[in-house]
Amino acid sequence: MTLEIIGVTVLWTFLFGYLIVASIDFGAGFFNAYSLLTGRQHILTNVIQRYLSPVWEVTNVFLVFFFVGIIGFFPKTAFYYGTTLLVPASIAIILLAIRGSYYAFETYGSRGHKGYSFMYGLAGLFIPAALSIVLTISEGGFIEMVDGSPSLDYYALFTSPLTWAIVVLSLSAVLYISAVFLTWYANRAGDLEATNLMRKYALIWALPTIITAAGIMVELRTHNQAHYNNMMDIWWAFGLSFLLYLGTVWLLVKRRSYGLSFGLLVGQFFVAFFAYGFAHRPYLLYPYLTIYDSFTNEAMAIALIIAFIAGLALLIPSLYLLLRLFLFNKDYVRGKKDNHA
Amino acid sequence: MGNEEAVFYSRVLTELTLSFHIIYATIGVGVPLMIMIAQWVGIRKNDEHYILLARRWARGFVITVAVGVVTGTAIGMQLSLLWPNFMELAGNVIALPLFLETFAFFFEAIFLGIYLYTWDRFENQKKHLLLLIPVAIGASASAVFITIVNAFMNAPQGFDVLNGELVNINPLLAMFNPAMPTKVAHVVVTAYMTAAFVLAAIAAFRLLKGSNHIYHKKALFLTMKVGLVFSIAAAIIGDFSGKYLAEYQPEKLAAAEWHFETEENAPLILYGVLDNGEVKYAIKIPFALSILAHFNPTAEVIGLDQFPEDEIPPLYIHYLFDIMVTIGVWMTLLSLVYWLGVQMRWKMVQSKLFRWLIVLGGPLSILAIEAGWWLAEVGRQPWILRGLMRVEDAATTSGHVDTMLILFSGLYLVLGVGSIVVLTRMFRRNPVEQELEDRHATKGADIS
Ligand code: HDD
Ligand code: HEM
Ligand code: HEM
Repeated sequence: MTLEIIGVTVLWTFLFGYLIVASIDFGAGFFNAYSLLTGRQHILTNVIQRYLSPVWEVTNVFLVFFFVGIIGFFPKTAFYYGTTLLVPASIAIILLAIRGSYYAFETYGSRGHKGYSFMYGLAGLFIPAALSIVLTISEGGFIEMVDGSPSLDYYALFTSPLTWAIVVLSLSAVLYISAVFLTWYANRAGDLEATNLMRKYALIWALPTIITAAGIMVELRTHNQAHYNNMMDIWWAFGLSFLLYLGTVWLLVKRRSYGLSFGLLVGQFFVAFFAYGFAHRPYLLYPYLTIYDSFTNEAMAIALIIAFIAGLALLIPSLYLLLRLFLFNKDYVRGKKDNHA
Repeated sequence: MGNEEAVFYSRVLTELTLSFHIIYATIGVGVPLMIMIAQWVGIRKNDEHYILLARRWARGFVITVAVGVVTGTAIGMQLSLLWPNFMELAGNVIALPLFLETFAFFFEAIFLGIYLYTWDRFENQKKHLLLLIPVAIGASASAVFITIVNAFMNAPQGFDVLNGELVNINPLLAMFNPAMPTKVAHVVVTAYMTAAFVLAAIAAFRLLKGSNHIYHKKALFLTMKVGLVFSIAAAIIGDFSGKYLAEYQPEKLAAAEWHFETEENAPLILYGVLDNGEVKYAIKIPFALSILAHFNPTAEVIGLDQFPEDEIPPLYIHYLFDIMVTIGVWMTLLSLVYWLGVQMRWKMVQSKLFRWLIVLGGPLSILAIEAGWWLAEVGRQPWILRGLMRVEDAATTSGHVDTMLILFSGLYLVLGVGSIVVLTRMFRRNPVEQELEDRHATKGADIS
């Protein structure tokens, strides 16, 4: 393995981590807002307060890790993506800020302020849409060089079917991932009503997720032939991902082993995400930027990797402790204990 | 939008975001330490008042952390969005501390989540206190790492430029640059000082508003004591910062001191105004600048005459320096008098006026932080990387920065007002007296 591959694998892994934990968070916010409309909010508000409030800051750090890390490993990305992403990234930051403050303000402040809950729920849908634009741009065709500096062609971007396919996929994936997780969590909490509700949502969002994923393949075939061909070379990985998907849905339909069902879902996304990334290699941005020509110097790369290993040694036990206390602790999940400051 | 405009708006947006973030970040660095001290005193003295103090501070802390985190995320992304050319270079040389910082964030975030949701979950209180240590370490470590990046901007080293290419890169050398020791120490210590005085201001305010509970008196005495220690440390390290400047960034010191001619026995100019290049109404302290710069009353101090016109930073940083130093000295005196007064049982320190002065000390300390950063950052102009890259060469070429500026201004307004409203409401709805009664927390001695 070359240093470049190690670097990009580390970043891709953390991005995957963000994808899962943030989807749970975003989706929960949306379902919460939706159930406010339908007058069933007590079901979800509990779960959000019990599980999401203690961990939202950690979720956020996954994102920070990614965008700081990519500048470290691939400094040239600052030039290409930094210049072009000003608007979508700024919008995402503002929406993230609304969500972040919601947890703190809502837990202590004006509990149940409806307007804020709606903003919070909607922000959770717009963020993945804004962030997923980056994936679209990376496929190439939307950035031109004007006087030596890159500029984004918004018209081409917003009229491309690829853009919208990816946006729709990001939305339905967020809702799907979140619903499957919350089914499991509500079930552990022994909350039958919430389990059934979330199970219904999970089944609703399963189909659009897989259809849009397939749709993106079709789009890529015309948009970025090279990437498409690379993906076809590893078609079996996408096949495996599909089988895992079927497993999740089957378990949900049969109302069995919600934990395993969530595990299969993580597997499904893991395989597809890495297969997609693998086929994207070596480009970070078609056709300007590859992981090789944008890579940092060797001294920095080695320093970052050493720092990363040391950091993981610190991080993994701490994360384990966090999950044990808030996700796997029966008393806490069931709401028997409230030890909040 | 021409690129000049893009540069201008990028500057304004950076200034705005950082000036806003730094308020919450400073509190975020300092308050965990204060919570730790209070909880520790409480456990050791078996005094419920201190424990409750820690608990209530922790609750307020959640709000400030949230705003700190979201604005930090904003500035973190904005660095790449607004200064892509700078970040490309920085990514090659100074990415290590930025990367380490994310681990500090992880560490802090994880244990903060645990700490907040495990009150009374342990039989042994000390175990709960242990969970706070990683929070305090993580918070201070984030300040250390980010300040190292800023130190690098002031005194870049650890690489060579050969034909426009970066070579011989040494990430550790870049981190341990000459600006780093004084800058990191001064930033961390002033954050502790500010947190202490902000909490003192709250306690004094409660006492003024009619609550005469011993709880607030204990809080006030504790925070003023800690504030005194750190304000003395801030002044001492600030003095070393001056010596660093004299050696490595003489133009910043000279601009801050309106020191136009290189000379020996240099006097220190305090206050005053600049009128067509003439300093008026200033207080001149003989030899003091030579002492500040070199520990030696007769030493030569480099003046602005040694620098080309277009490399001299704006001269208004003199006022910022004065503000910072005046507040530093003032807070040291105020906390010293208070401490002595409590020991000697002077009536004066219980007076309304004195308490109002303590209340004022909180905002003043934050003002000192702002003035200090503006001094340091504006004093670096026109460079973004001193001697290597100018600000105008670093900025984005995107044409939408002005719109983003409006959006972010709105966001900070909402966050600023929101956090203040939520904090006041939170404590007003749940007064200490009530909570002490609910917890039957009657044990607790007098101030000692
Ligand atoms: C409560 C806040 C506070 C207080 C009371 C002081 N400072 Fe300060 N000062 C800061 C907060 C600060 C800061 C915000 O932390 C700065 C801005 C950037 C930095 O490195 O630290 C700073 C920068 C800074 C610099 C510029 C360093 C550089 O640009 O590299 C100097 C020379 C001093 N300080 C000196 C002093 C002196 C002699 C003080 C005497 C009392 C003093 N400061 C009190
Ligand atoms: C690692 C830490 C920091 C980095 C990388 C950094 C970076 C920058 C950059 C890129 C600029 C714009 C260029 C310029 O106009 O000088 C800037 C300016 C500025 N920064 Fe910093 N900064 C850091 C810390 C801070 C902090 C904590 C503050 C606190 C408020 C701050 C306050 C300012 C101000 C006020 C300016 C405007 C100077 C001017 O242009 O007039 N900086 N900084
Ligand atoms: C250019 C300058 C800066 C950048 C890019 C930056 C970046 C960030 C980021 C990304 C976060 C959010 C982390 C999370 O998700 O948990 C954050 C929070 C934080 N920052 Fe900054 N920061 C800067 C300046 C500073 C300075 C100068 C200090 C200290 C004096 C500081 C102290 C903190 C602390 C303690 C937090 C944690 C939140 C809290 O406890 O309030 N930052 N910063």
